[in-house]
Amino acid sequence: MTSQAAPVEAHEHHDIRPVRKAAMWVFLGSECMFFGSMIATFLLYRNETGAGPGSEIFNVGFTSASSFVLLMSSLTMVLAHNAFEKRDARGTRIWLAATALLGITFIAGQIYEFTEFVNGGLTLSTSSFSGAFYMLTGFHGGHVAIGVMLLLAMFFLSTEGRLRDDGGLNVELVGLYWHFVDIIWIVIFTVVYLLQV
Amino acid sequence: MTQTATRAHPSPAAYWGIALFLAAVTALEISVPYTAALEPVKVPLLLVLGAIKFVTVVSFFMHLRYDKKLYRNLFMFGAIGVFPLFIVVLLSMHAFA
Repeated sequence: MTSQAAPVEAHEHHDIRPVRKAAMWVFLGSECMFFGSMIATFLLYRNETGAGPGSEIFNVGFTSASSFVLLMSSLTMVLAHNAFEKRDARGTRIWLAATALLGITFIAGQIYEFTEFVNGGLTLSTSSFSGAFYMLTGFHGGHVAIGVMLLLAMFFLSTEGRLRDDGGLNVELVGLYWHFVDIIWIVIFTVVYLLQV
Repeated sequence: MTQTATRAHPSPAAYWGIALFLAAVTALEISVPYTAALEPVKVPLLLVLGAIKFVTVVSFFMHLRYDKKLYRNLFMFGAIGVFPLFIVVLLSMHAFA
């Protein structure tokens, strides 16, 4: 007959949370390579503009503001995680909502920027430069959009008091993903925008 | 402390301080391309400033500085592995031909 401590030991033995977190870091490492190959492709084609516009079409002032918004969303995300660790449900909800809002603002800025570029003659098929640019920034925007959906899911789970169902790991993993989206933009902003001025 | 132990995370005030630092670096970064005197060092300076922001976010906001070394190693494998990949992509596209 097993002792009463057996279920606890079994639970500890099968705690997969560290494995999930390690898997997230492996995923983020692989994402570095994914974006790295796209950045390399952009650099290769940065002067292949054909008859279309090149980097002179960029509005660095506007993109700088968008970059600042995304950078500050990393602050609100880490504050959400901090509030969650302190079991401050209201604070967690506020900072999660603020992060999602900043993410939506960034996406709105990117949609505006893309619209301006298309109106200026820079479409996906204009040149190798435009194709590489839209693929890189578009994939990043897609990652931001997924991040916003995850943040909103966390927000609604928190309103139902279900954020701790997994010991709180989901908040941390979503946070890691969100910060990763931010650091990739730090690289894209430097390489694609600032270095082309 | 074991190799896999974690340390306490920064306080909210420290996070605000880090964000202020990141904002200052971003402001400096944006001013570089428009400062004629910095033109000769523009590329290395922008890469260094970008790297500072990257490392700051990863270390403090992603808590890699405080977390298990295993996670740091897993991430660094990808973050450092991107450079050989970078060269392979450029070579496969005959960038150096």
